[in-house]
Amino acid sequence: MSPCPSLYVQNLALHYGGQTIFENLNLTIQSGQLVALLGPSGVGKTSLLRIIAGLEVPYAGQVTASDHAPLSGRIAYMAQQDLLLPWARVIDNVMLGAKLRGMKPEPDRAMNLLERVGLAERAKALPTELSGGMRQRVAIARTLYEARPIVLMDEPFSALDAITRTKIQDLAAELLAGCTTLLITHDPMEACRISHHLVVLTGAPARLGAPVEVPGIPPRAPDNLQVLQTQADLLRMLAQ
Amino acid sequence: MRGVITFAVFLIVWWAVTQFCPVPPYMLPTPQSVAAALVAQRNLLFDNTLVTLAEILLGLFFGTLLGALAALTMAALPPVQRWLMPVLVLSQAIPVFALAPLLVLWFGFGMTSKIIMTILVIFFPVTASLADGLRLTEPGWLDMAAAMNASRLSALCHIRLPAALPSFASGLRVATALAPIGAIIGEWVGASSGLGYVMINANARIQTDVMFAALFVLCVLAVLLFTIVDRALRHLIYWAPDSRRGVS
Repeated sequence: MSPCPSLYVQNLALHYGGQTIFENLNLTIQSGQLVALLGPSGVGKTSLLRIIAGLEVPYAGQVTASDHAPLSGRIAYMAQQDLLLPWARVIDNVMLGAKLRGMKPEPDRAMNLLERVGLAERAKALPTELSGGMRQRVAIARTLYEARPIVLMDEPFSALDAITRTKIQDLAAELLAGCTTLLITHDPMEACRISHHLVVLTGAPARLGAPVEVPGIPPRAPDNLQVLQTQADLLRMLAQ
Repeated sequence: MRGVITFAVFLIVWWAVTQFCPVPPYMLPTPQSVAAALVAQRNLLFDNTLVTLAEILLGLFFGTLLGALAALTMAALPPVQRWLMPVLVLSQAIPVFALAPLLVLWFGFGMTSKIIMTILVIFFPVTASLADGLRLTEPGWLDMAAAMNASRLSALCHIRLPAALPSFASGLRVATALAPIGAIIGEWVGASSGLGYVMINANARIQTDVMFAALFVLCVLAVLLFTIVDRALRHLIYWAPDSRRGVS
């Protein structure tokens, strides 16, 4: 994988239906760091992610990388749903990107990734035969198969039960280590456990709060005192 | 099993009506006489069934092919959709059956006019179902394809088309149920063979038992055809919500 650039979001503005969703929004994600973005529903988190992914056009502002190369083709995007194709076997879902770009699929690399998410023996299964947690692990393998230096994730674990979610958070933190990652989440615990630092987007028009640092290296244990303290602070901040 | 019971009840009611109501046999023949006609006219019925079956199958094949091509063209080229869709909807306002005499005039008494009639009857459900399926792709999949730098054509082939197949299958089921109607109407208007031709002939000679025998064969044919197509679609398009099996 090419070295991961830092990501700069500069003076971003988005208007929707005559309303200003956000204005003058600035955010920096340092190379190889995972930043968690929290905020209430409807505040514009997903729109921000879609703009960075190039799926939506902002009203003003720009998103650039520290190496000044264009972002297109260097961003992997993981949505709220697992978006597995129900007609394709697990391994073909993992290699979907290659197929869509008309490139030669690399089954060995896909199998290797499936092994890392613990699903090598289900490579030939159809998505309907998998549990929610397994499906989300396939989605992680599919994201990693893209081997992109920048990863955007929109509440990827929100539909999972607490135990499965904790396991998959650890797995994601481990596998995404080194990628420049922005993670949207509703879950303060998730943000505190797996991010290098976190930011909160609130208000209308929405503003980004100052970055909140969680001491220690992710993934942090759920009973880590600093995780618990930061989580309590966050809940207070979000409730305001 | 349910089908057998339904059929048995139907036969009993039919038999009771012919037995206890003063209906002359040329209006409603008894089940026994229809069964006798089935046996006595088996060669005639068999030969003409083959003709009708061929018309239905060829009509289904070409109608599905043309409908799928039309829907795919509309999906690949949005301007074509804007021009073609109103024409398609308008074409549905013309009663296709009224065109049957014209088709016979243009394409003759042979199978061609019946096949074209069948194509006309099934073209719209096939096209509309596939076009709808292609239009209503899960937006998340298209975002994912865009983030993976897929071309429009590639996303159409690998995501929109397979995602549209369950909807297309519904259209094909409707088409399979409608296709025999197209072929029979075509035969009624003007033909030299086929089950519709047998019916019209028997009707003109007041051989009501033969007419009923032909109708019976047609029903069996239509039910069998639908069952086979339905099973095949469930098997082939295993990701459709109505053919889901295994753990969810």
